[in-house]
Amino acid sequence: MKRSLLPWLVVATVLLLLFPMAAEKFYLQLVTKIMILAIFALSLDLLVGYTGLVSLGHAAYFGIAAYTYALASQAADPANVWLTLPLALAASAAAALLVGALVLRTSGVYFIMVTLAFAQMAYYFFHDTRIAGGSDGIYINTRPDAHLPGLDLADDLHFYYFVLALLAIVFALLAVVLRSPFGRALQGIKANEHRMRALGYATLHYKLAAFVLAGTIAGLAGYLAAAKEGFVNPEMMAWHQSGAVLMMLILGGMGTLFGAVLGAFSYVLLQEWFSTLTKHWQLLMGGFIVAAVLLLPHGLIGLHRLRIKSRAPRPEGDGD
Amino acid sequence: MTDRRQFIQQAGLLAAAAATGSLMPSIARAQTAKLRVGMMLPYTGTYASLGTAITQGFNLAVEENGGMLGGRAIDFFTVDDESEPSKATDNANKLVQRDKVDLLVGTVHSGVVMAMVKVARDNGTLLIIPNAGANAATGGQCAPNIFRTSFSNWQPAHPMGKVMYERGHRKAVTLTWKYGAGEESIESFKEGFTKLGGSIVKEMYLPFPNVEFQPFITEIASLKPDAVFVFFAGGGAVKFTKDYAAAGLKDKIPLYGSGFLTDGTLEAQGASAQGLLTTLHYGDGIENAKNKLFRYNYGKKYGVQADVYAVQGYDAALLLHGGLNAVKGSFGDRKALYSAMEKVKIDSPRGPWTMSKAHNPIQDIYLRRVEGNANQVIGVAWKALEDPARGCKMSAA
Amino acid sequence: MEWLIQILNSVQYGLLLFLVASGLTLIFGIMGVINLAHGSFYMIGAYLAFTLSSLTGSLWLALPLGIVLAAALGLLLEWALISRLYRRDHLYQVLLTFGLILIFEELRSVLVGDDVHSVAIPAVLGASLPLTETLSYPVYRLFISAVCLALAGLMYVTIQKTRFGMMIRAAASNPEMATSLGLDIRWIHALVFAAGVALAAFAGMIAAPVSSVFPGMGNQVLIVCFVIVVIGGIGSLKGALIASLLIGFADTFGKVLVPEFASIAVYLLMAVVLLFRPRGLFGRA
Repeated sequence: MKRSLLPWLVVATVLLLLFPMAAEKFYLQLVTKIMILAIFALSLDLLVGYTGLVSLGHAAYFGIAAYTYALASQAADPANVWLTLPLALAASAAAALLVGALVLRTSGVYFIMVTLAFAQMAYYFFHDTRIAGGSDGIYINTRPDAHLPGLDLADDLHFYYFVLALLAIVFALLAVVLRSPFGRALQGIKANEHRMRALGYATLHYKLAAFVLAGTIAGLAGYLAAAKEGFVNPEMMAWHQSGAVLMMLILGGMGTLFGAVLGAFSYVLLQEWFSTLTKHWQLLMGGFIVAAVLLLPHGLIGLHRLRIKSRAPRPEGDGD
Repeated sequence: MTDRRQFIQQAGLLAAAAATGSLMPSIARAQTAKLRVGMMLPYTGTYASLGTAITQGFNLAVEENGGMLGGRAIDFFTVDDESEPSKATDNANKLVQRDKVDLLVGTVHSGVVMAMVKVARDNGTLLIIPNAGANAATGGQCAPNIFRTSFSNWQPAHPMGKVMYERGHRKAVTLTWKYGAGEESIESFKEGFTKLGGSIVKEMYLPFPNVEFQPFITEIASLKPDAVFVFFAGGGAVKFTKDYAAAGLKDKIPLYGSGFLTDGTLEAQGASAQGLLTTLHYGDGIENAKNKLFRYNYGKKYGVQADVYAVQGYDAALLLHGGLNAVKGSFGDRKALYSAMEKVKIDSPRGPWTMSKAHNPIQDIYLRRVEGNANQVIGVAWKALEDPARGCKMSAA
Repeated sequence: MEWLIQILNSVQYGLLLFLVASGLTLIFGIMGVINLAHGSFYMIGAYLAFTLSSLTGSLWLALPLGIVLAAALGLLLEWALISRLYRRDHLYQVLLTFGLILIFEELRSVLVGDDVHSVAIPAVLGASLPLTETLSYPVYRLFISAVCLALAGLMYVTIQKTRFGMMIRAAASNPEMATSLGLDIRWIHALVFAAGVALAAFAGMIAAPVSSVFPGMGNQVLIVCFVIVVIGGIGSLKGALIASLLIGFADTFGKVLVPEFASIAVYLLMAVVLLFRPRGLFGRA
């Protein structure tokens, strides 16, 4: 994390901590949803922004964990977080390991397309079979129970702070990972894979580890989304969900953790705002996306960087 | 468990209301205040035209009652659900929690309606479903506060089994998309057809929303069944009837379908649909005064022909109107309101219908034949058909 | 007999897919641009066929008009938007064209509405050939296949045998060299993009009488086109043709033989091909 962003991070955290005091229930739920998407976007940032692997099938791991949780909690009693969460994460991790081992043989545009192909397979698996309600989806009757004193996840306020805590943990975890030799290696791979291989790194193993870690974190987001909504549907895995989370990254600024979070917030809030303006709000959204790509090459976070640079050019590269 | 959860939610709601000072208005909102109606329908995407027709039908009924329903003026709150299940919970919550609507009306897509049913059950909000046919909404997931004014997927398809058997068909092939509405329709047709002694030679499915039908048409031609039953709607329905006719099968192996095969699409289907028999709870040329007036007014106001979706939207408003009238416009005593809504006899353009115990219409299913650009009603395929409401454990309110 | 007809179905479907996918692989291969809006151009073509043939009263008049309009749209988009992305990561191309999908789909709703429409098959080609005692084959479908084959041939000759084709190949394999030899890369890119858009729109127009014209139709062909381009190897027309036929067979026989897995047959095929040939069947290393 760049030192210049630290104040913003503190402000954002304080705002999120205080937000429930001022918010109505709907906005509480909306921000909960956005924080879940922020975790999802962070997981993709590890792949796209730091390792240079553009996946257009990341929604698969989000959905697999959600479905695992839904299938594991069909009883009337609340599911135990400490049983179902590891199970859901393991399912996503296993899927990511399997798919990753195959797709990492390809690169560039081919990689984009094969990740999409595998996500489509997962989508159709749940859409076409009756194991989990088919195209109509299935319910999860109750929120999970964390069995912690004073914590009741069925309460929206508690759930909000639970998600916020997990967002902070994921953020911190990724910040640590990216600073570790492993994280440095990933960024080295993004910059120049040949050089890394020449230096003796088994780059495939690094990329696979990143793919699995990203899939697992996406699974965490999927688990939380399913717990929040109490409902899962195959559309969670549709290709346009993978597209939307990529859009969040670009909008916020990929290759920065704060940018991923910023992107999730701005993407969802923009959509909310546009849809209040006109029936044809998708026109505005499309126009905005086109404009953002042309005018904000480094995302919203780039605006900040631009400002810093114009004030005091710094010699460091743009890794953070 | 639900008790504990509801308690916590209510407590949370109260706390939130107290914190924001919104407790007063929500209690003070009596009969005199405007009724807050949340319309959650698709206004973009593939089902946009259905969402528009439903809204127009609903609005027409409001207008006919002097801008009111049950003596209450209306405030509309509208959300475009995009037929997107992954946003459905948030969209429904937007209406229920942010806009504090008294009731939800929606929607078209079955996956989205399942999320709305969940929100309605969790919050105790009244939900009126003006289209989506997922059997579960008035089956396994039925609830006192959930009503439907359209159909269950089981309903329009079931009578076709009888019709086809009576027309002398014994061996049938079925074809649909592999998704909820398609599978439930085929299931229901099969039940009606095999109970009488008909047999299904082959059940064929293709991935939704794939429209490359040629392999199936080839297979049907070589299986040579007595008849074919399909469930398709919209663009897929148009393409299928055209492909079927172009392959020369239309006059050799009769094609039947649930009414959606030929509804709102006849102009595009042209000659390929002429003479097809379908079953649905509405059709053209239903000879009752209500229907004539409805179609006249609808055409005059919106400049387009009314369709089955417009009727379903119109009936949603009539149901609310009838129920509210019986309780003098009060939303206070929910139990009284719901029980009044259960007893309303809807004087619908489709013909009068009543509510089943599971809150799904008990209605006539018509047999229609395509003539020109109309689905001409040629008889009643099944009088007062009631959905079996499998899995519904609700007793009458 | 049934199997022979299913083979005919596979080939016929495959050729139509090739027509849509060829524009995509050209844009991909020559310009290095990922164009998610390709499905939208197919959709625009179908709606052009509907609008223009109801205005002019004939599909034969609508076709040339539509091609001109589509090519003009292609030039405009290339000049205004796409040309700004050549030096940027693929990611931005994905996003910009994702935005275009939303714009075109919503414009379609505003301008033409959300109803399903159809385009009449021209009277000359309205007949059907009886294949078995029950089944006939519409002549128009065979006509589409013939047109696709002819276009495939035309594209091959243009790229391999003409001066313009040589310029295109030079621009694709080494843009710097091509520029230093005095080729105007900008114009080549603009023309290739316009040709890609026109090809997709032409496919939409010519398929409109059998596919009908409806909201969301572009998204249905988009992903399968990408699958074809990737299986064939990016930029390879020969690869796209073979991949299209493979997909035609996988889809047709998947539906008939393993209906439970028909939806994933196409993706499975792609995954398997890429595991053995990570750059597609005819991709350049």
